[in-house]
Amino acid sequence: MSILVNKHSRVIVQGFTGGEGTFHAGQMIEYGTNVVGGITPGKGGQKHLDRPIFNTVSDAVRETGADVSIIFVPASFCADAIMEAADAGIKLIVAITEGIPVSNMVKVKEYLQYRNSRLIGPNCPGIITPGEAKVGIMPGFIFQKGKIGIVSKSGTLTYEAADQVVKVGLGISTAIGIGGDPIIGTTTKEAIELFMNDPDTDGIVMIGEIGGSLEAEAARWIKAHGTKPVVGFIAGQTAPKGRRMGHAGAIVGGAEDTAAAKMKIMSECGIHVVESPANIGKVMFEAFASVSK
Amino acid sequence: MLSNKNTMNLHEYQGKSILKRYGVSVPEGGVAHNVEAALDLAKSIKEKTGTDTWAVKAQIHAGGRGKGGGVKIAKSIDQVQEHAKAILGMTLVTPQTGAAGKFVHKILVEQGIYYPGESPVKEFYMSVLLNRVTSRNIIMYSTEGGMNIEEVAEKTPHLIFKEEIDSLTGVADFQARRIAFNLGLSGKAFKEMLKFVPALYTAFEKADASLFEINPVIKTSDDLIFAADAKVTIDDNALFRHPDFEEMRDLSEENPDETEAGHYNLNFVKLDGNVGCMVNGAGLAMATMDIIKLSGGDPANFLDVGGGANAQTVEAGFRIILKDPAVKAILINIFGGIVRCDRVAGGVIEAYKSIGEIPVPVIVRLQGTNAVEAKKMIDESGLKVYSAITLQEAAETLKSLV
Repeated sequence: MSILVNKHSRVIVQGFTGGEGTFHAGQMIEYGTNVVGGITPGKGGQKHLDRPIFNTVSDAVRETGADVSIIFVPASFCADAIMEAADAGIKLIVAITEGIPVSNMVKVKEYLQYRNSRLIGPNCPGIITPGEAKVGIMPGFIFQKGKIGIVSKSGTLTYEAADQVVKVGLGISTAIGIGGDPIIGTTTKEAIELFMNDPDTDGIVMIGEIGGSLEAEAARWIKAHGTKPVVGFIAGQTAPKGRRMGHAGAIVGGAEDTAAAKMKIMSECGIHVVESPANIGKVMFEAFASVSK
Repeated sequence: MLSNKNTMNLHEYQGKSILKRYGVSVPEGGVAHNVEAALDLAKSIKEKTGTDTWAVKAQIHAGGRGKGGGVKIAKSIDQVQEHAKAILGMTLVTPQTGAAGKFVHKILVEQGIYYPGESPVKEFYMSVLLNRVTSRNIIMYSTEGGMNIEEVAEKTPHLIFKEEIDSLTGVADFQARRIAFNLGLSGKAFKEMLKFVPALYTAFEKADASLFEINPVIKTSDDLIFAADAKVTIDDNALFRHPDFEEMRDLSEENPDETEAGHYNLNFVKLDGNVGCMVNGAGLAMATMDIIKLSGGDPANFLDVGGGANAQTVEAGFRIILKDPAVKAILINIFGGIVRCDRVAGGVIEAYKSIGEIPVPVIVRLQGTNAVEAKKMIDESGLKVYSAITLQEAAETLKSLV
């Protein structure tokens, strides 16, 4: 088992025929993901990568029964693409695109409140359930099947964590890159909750960064409801403070957005916090071993 | 996330020009690069407004300008001249500039709005920004204007108010009324605030700003409302909608190395340590900085080469890092995904050849796609480079070097 995507997922690609879309859709198909088609407005009826192209997401859903969409359209059109997928009833929308204006995402977030779609990202590497479906841009070979769920704000740090978890012999159930933008669809807490409820995930790696309060929120949820060991790392312990939002941001962000503050809260909530990102796999192994006994 | 790519800071005069464009009332004024221009401006402001006081304000990208002597009130044209002379060309040190201070190239000259009259002048605080917890914009405001808002938040948190805005409706009338009531306004000033708040929020949305901080908002003695200061930052990702804002970018205010890095699509932030680093991905870059610290060094920079690491970007990265004489070692940490490690290794080898002698030890950690081939290339190149495959190995090598 796994969360959110598996071998039954019927995946469409928005921005199918563009450079990024073509390359990564090809990689996903090669991995074995069930890619059932793609969207490029104006090219409906043609074929690309041996899959049908549709003009609209709703056409694709009607014709293929798609339930997952991955989005590669350029930043200036991406908010619209997310809303189109939600409007068509896509259950899981994975937005890879980087650089969407925050003002657009504020509206997308409000729009999604009233619809039954889950958004992952934007500005993220996507989601992978090893051996079943890769809906993202991550190098598939690093993610070997196993029992550890990974949720991470960062792309390459997700690969790093997965590599370490695989090398200590545990493997991955599902890995989600939730993205590091100020506004994202799926939060750390929501991903953790899904993993806690997944019978085939036995441990969770949670990787955060300075800024925002997602990790503190997740940690408090884990303290109240957690049933599986969680290893946590926060990148940016040495990052200089206050480079971005100045004073008003510090007040709204609260006192919980430095690495030290987050790590303290996570520790207090029973998460195995690692100071060094080189120890993620090792500590997961130890935590996992002590639980299995 | 640590980044210099996400927002563009503006000068006060630029911020005010944007506010004015969307109907927010700001004092009459303009920017001057020399004393003559300042005098001309002061005279034309007098003609337009009848004012006989002026504010002369240094335009640098840092707050706390008043404390360093960068903001003066002139009560005559002669005083405008005196203050303009003193401020233009000064090196202004404020709590935010660091000890080195910032050179003042230009000043804002504007209408004085603290004139005496029937009712007392009042200073408020108001900002607009994203609340990341709710993914909505908020208007944060306080009766305590003109002060350091962090101190207000600490000492008198009950004097800070927040109004969360629904993005589909904008500021509702009742919200503007609540703000005006909480600020203790009545009569004409109350009505003026009901115009000021929605205009400010509209400007924030239309300009794709990521922060408006108006400290203070002034209620004049004749009950008018003005944005007396303006800290405005714009969302870089939205600049495609605002080609005119791009011209407002003041490169003299930005770190030249960071600007140069930007030309190569490198995201670079200068820090004060002794170990340089070059990494793909912002999260891994911050994690690498943490590893440097845990290994006994101090990160000299943040450098994310992104998904396009190649010979050119690696060489540019080396050159920018090596400009800093404090750098005693460099750690390259690439986790290859779509980026192939053998290409990056080739880039490192080419950069070495092109730069010549690199005077500090370099540790290259390449993992992921084609990592084994990459390590072989580095090891066989004959270059004095330490290669590593795991992060732990890289950390241990670094520990032995610093």
